[in-house]
Amino acid sequence: MKLKVNNIEFAYNSIPVLENISMELNSAEVLGIVGPNGTGKSTLIRCIDRILNPERGSILLDDHNISKMTRMEIARKLGYVPQSIAGVFPASVIDTVLMGRRPYLGWKSSKEDLDYVLEVLELLGMMDFAMRDINEISGGQQQKVLIARALAQKADILLLDEPTSNLDIRHQLEVMEIMKGIVKNKGISAIMALHDLNLASRYADRMIMMKEGKIFAAGNPASVLTVENIKQVYGVQALVKNDVERPYIVPIGPVTG
Amino acid sequence: METKQHTLTKEEVKIQYNKFIGRKILLIFFLLASIILVSGISASLGSANLSIWETYSSILNRLFPAYFEPGWLADVCIWNLRLPRISMGIVAGFGLGVAGCVMQALLKNPLASPYTLGISSGAGFGASLAILTGAGIIGGDYLVIGNAFIFALLCSFIILGLSNRKGATPETMILAGIAMMYLFAAMTTILQYFGEAEAVKEAVFWTVGDLDRASWPRVTIITGALVCCFPLLMFKSLDLNLMAAGDETAASLGVNVKRTRIILMAVTTLLVACIVCFTGTIGFIGLVAPHLTRIVIGGDNRFVLPVSGLFGTLLLISADLVARRVLAPIILPVGAITVFMGAPLFLYMIMKRKREYW
Ligand SMILES: Nc1ncnc2c1ncn2[C@@H]1O[C@H](COP(=O)(O)OP(=O)(O)OP(=O)(O)O)[C@@H](O)[C@H]1O
Ligand SMILES: [Mg+2]
Repeated sequence: MKLKVNNIEFAYNSIPVLENISMELNSAEVLGIVGPNGTGKSTLIRCIDRILNPERGSILLDDHNISKMTRMEIARKLGYVPQSIAGVFPASVIDTVLMGRRPYLGWKSSKEDLDYVLEVLELLGMMDFAMRDINEISGGQQQKVLIARALAQKADILLLDEPTSNLDIRHQLEVMEIMKGIVKNKGISAIMALHDLNLASRYADRMIMMKEGKIFAAGNPASVLTVENIKQVYGVQALVKNDVERPYIVPIGPVTG
Repeated sequence: METKQHTLTKEEVKIQYNKFIGRKILLIFFLLASIILVSGISASLGSANLSIWETYSSILNRLFPAYFEPGWLADVCIWNLRLPRISMGIVAGFGLGVAGCVMQALLKNPLASPYTLGISSGAGFGASLAILTGAGIIGGDYLVIGNAFIFALLCSFIILGLSNRKGATPETMILAGIAMMYLFAAMTTILQYFGEAEAVKEAVFWTVGDLDRASWPRVTIITGALVCCFPLLMFKSLDLNLMAAGDETAASLGVNVKRTRIILMAVTTLLVACIVCFTGTIGFIGLVAPHLTRIVIGGDNRFVLPVSGLFGTLLLISADLVARRVLAPIILPVGAITVFMGAPLFLYMIMKRKREYW
């Protein structure tokens, strides 16, 4: 599945947030989106999933405009992993992951649904938490549940909004490895908003660096993560080591003046 | 806490999950049995005391004639006097329990209930208007009821209309509902301020809510409303789960959030209006029943919906039994008794509850 974003623009209450965003995503590819807080990474992801409707521009899934698709059709193609859970009522982990099957079936979850959900939980090492309540597990575990739900959705493209923000380094690597495995084995592709430049550099095939609602740089990690770009976008003086396979960033300090 | 050595296998989790569902189904049967029992006891008690056996055989006789031989007295007592009232309690309690549950899930707010959207105060105003001034939209016997119904709907359609323009977020709906609640309560107060003492008393009693006005035609109307609304709500209960998990999540999983919220709100409102216009505002059930349910079986609305309805029924018919019998032959308003019985139970459950979410 191929995703194409053409010149989209979005504004919250007529305050422009995204301007002129164009990008492409091929199948079996991980696209990392980086940028400072408030640049519009989450907004862009929500526009792609049509949770928000861009004012201008179009988003094409294999040449079909998503504004002409039903919510259900979109849900079978795009899976969304929000930054955190938002519910106030109890829900077991397993029921939460079963929600991911909603785009396929009606009211009652079938045996196959349950089997598939258990498989996903096992893949993410969440089996022991299956019967726990989602409100009674740690932030990192919650994040894994949300990822499991998106996987249960069997979407062709996953949209992940900071999927590793609550995870410790081991679990960050674990989740990213799982994502990488899924992308390579199942031909799924993923768009991830990430704050950790090194994680992005290591796992993204291509990257987009955003600044104030615009794409500042795009390309492979080596071409995006340069000393100059980091200084321009983040206002941070950094050291970029290019002697390893992927660029490695060591921040030195904020640029003054 | 669990130890880390043993990881559950798929089979073990599956068994646990099926048990988890089995327990919920068991609870449904348990509640059904309790409802049948309490109804039977309630139907057997009254100015003419009947035995439980007489009661059930009189009830069953109409359903399966030729098997039972109930007395004539029992038949009249039960079918003309007591059963309409009990049936009204059953359907009204069920409807209110379900409605409260849907509203809480739709608005993602544990405080939501038929009160919150101003439905009850709309109905209260409509009834007061009819009782105190005689003004109404439909005349005759149905003056008070018709007024209550229309104003309840009016109130919630204003809220739906407003929130439809503003994006139908749960917060807009709740705040608009609370504003409407105050508005209609204030208008009712003004009406009562200028009313005759007797009429004011009647209006106040109307708002407390009771089952005295039960009759077979009315039971039929409420049942009809339930038959129309409940299957639709059940059908959408999975979407309620998704919406309770957040609008973005629901949208990304294929739910048309805004439309679903407006439609389900309208259906629920209609159901509540149908009930409240006959019973007065028995509001507490809509708040308590869903919470009791979630404390016992968790938050899956496919089960919370029916169980909350059954809890509502059980609470209302038990309260009615008490209301009829404690100071017999005086019959206390069941709306007040529901609160007397429900509030301590509710407080106890809240205090006992370990978790910090709803
Ligand atoms: N619901 C909203 N209403 C109005 N403005 C909003 C809303 N959500 C976000 N914004 C604004 O839009 C801009 C982009 O926000 P967005 O959440 O997309 O940033 P982000 O890149 O995801 O940031 P972060 O890294 O902190 O998650 C910010 O300036 C923010 O203040
Ligand atoms: Mg964000």
